[in-house]
Amino acid sequence: MTVAKAAASGAAGASGTLDAISVIDLRKSYGGRPVVDGLSFRVAAGDVFAILGPNGAGKTTTVEILEGYRRRDGGEVRILGLDPAASGAELRGRVGLMLQGGGIYPQARPREILHLFARFYRQPRNPDELLEQAGLADVATTRYKVLSGGQKQRLGLALALLGRPELVILDEPTAGMDPAAKASTRQLIGDLGADGTTVLLTTHELADVERMADRIAIVDHGRIVAAGTPSELAAGAAPRLRFRLDRALDAADLTALGARLGSGTVQDDRGPGRYLVEGVASSPTLVAALAGWCAERGLLIAELHTTGATLEERYLALTGEQALND
Amino acid sequence: MTEANGAPILQSALAQLGMELRLTARRGENLFVIVVLPLILLIFFAFVPALTPNTPKPIDFLLPGILALAVISTSLVNLSIATAFERSYGVLKRLGGSPLPRAGLIAAKIGAVVVVEVIQVILLVAVAVALFGWAPGPGGSALVVILAFGLGTLAFAGLGLLMAGTLRAEGTLAAANGLFLVFLLLGGVILPIDHLPSFLADLARILPASALSDAYRIGLGSASSDALPSLLVLLAWGAIASLLAARTFRWE
Repeated sequence: MTVAKAAASGAAGASGTLDAISVIDLRKSYGGRPVVDGLSFRVAAGDVFAILGPNGAGKTTTVEILEGYRRRDGGEVRILGLDPAASGAELRGRVGLMLQGGGIYPQARPREILHLFARFYRQPRNPDELLEQAGLADVATTRYKVLSGGQKQRLGLALALLGRPELVILDEPTAGMDPAAKASTRQLIGDLGADGTTVLLTTHELADVERMADRIAIVDHGRIVAAGTPSELAAGAAPRLRFRLDRALDAADLTALGARLGSGTVQDDRGPGRYLVEGVASSPTLVAALAGWCAERGLLIAELHTTGATLEERYLALTGEQALND
Repeated sequence: MTEANGAPILQSALAQLGMELRLTARRGENLFVIVVLPLILLIFFAFVPALTPNTPKPIDFLLPGILALAVISTSLVNLSIATAFERSYGVLKRLGGSPLPRAGLIAAKIGAVVVVEVIQVILLVAVAVALFGWAPGPGGSALVVILAFGLGTLAFAGLGLLMAGTLRAEGTLAAANGLFLVFLLLGGVILPIDHLPSFLADLARILPASALSDAYRIGLGSASSDALPSLLVLLAWGAIASLLAARTFRWE
């Protein structure tokens, strides 16, 4: 087992290049339907790594295999150099988890649940300090079931951090939070990465990965469709032309303009008189064709710009098109 | 290799035991079934002995039966409902991802059941002594009482966890309450089995509830016969239910 050996020696060695997580050709099916379909990725120690994808892409199944909750059908998984299917007991002391749905007694209170879990570790963080840091001091003795969605998520995150983990695995950590709670949670997770804790998180929100992640894997239908840093991924998106005219176009105009611009279509874009050219990348020729068509009709182009490639456009291109085919 | 950061199992299981007890005390509906209901039945039927034989006093028949009911309320009803909801809320899954070993969780749950049952015994016996002048009859056996307590807990906790680990939470809730009623009526708790129609009496004799109340009656000196058959019935139920529960329990 060369893979296992390499991963194990990597984790044991003191070099800076070891992987906290290595996944090779991971496979899992339910009832003959592949949910995870040949996934491979590596997470370097100290990185914040995000698995980004639409609901049903196989994200939760993947992390639950990594967490030791599910058995894989095929492939190799090493967490801190260990196989989670065989070394669960050791890993549970070294890996902090945050599950979707919390998994906390409805009648329990944040302070007591943190103190309870602290007793499960040899060297826990101070639960009261963690309560403070998670912004839960005011609700320390409030029953879990009446906490807000954001407070429940922050308690889940605090539980994940309680055992001074080398690695934390967070399944949809910002789900159900209001914008302020999301911002503070992103800050908290970003700080973890700065402390040298490795973070693996799943999300379907782009804002999460743009602000927190060092590296991203975009997953759809159980496969990785793109991977890299946020800027590397964004660079893969084609630039698009956006413009605003001094008056609105009707449907016939839009069709005519689309035909003039080659294989593209012209779509309404975020406001009256604003349009976006879909299907053709922005180019000097395209701009000239648009200007010529407007001149023939006496239309003034009030604004014209080529969008910078964004992660959002890349993400929608990678997952949205496939979603339409479903 | 870094040393694993999990605490010693005794420390984590004791912490979990404390949590289990606090949660039990916090659930009003549980306290009703495990404390209030047995006390009401004991006091009411001791004052109004419409159903119970005078051997020599109603309390001599009632107390062992209600002590059996107390075991059922804690190790079957309370344990199964709490565990089933913990499963459906994902609490068992979350604990499974912590360094608390499964054996530690199971030990904590058994420990909590035993602590609650001991409190029930103290309370019920105190009321029986204070209000009705109860004293153990001649020929009682502490060993039989302790064996009945242990094997009864095993049998009913096994049944409770069998339900909690396989049925949905709502299904467990309904089944546990239904079984509680069946055992109350057919378990020789307040009504002697001899008063039942013969087909029901035959059924009742193989149920763990009647075995437990019979064993308690023998152990406390209210009845004089061999305790072994009752203890063997409890052992059989305990072994089968626990094995099935261990094999079929789904943690999420």
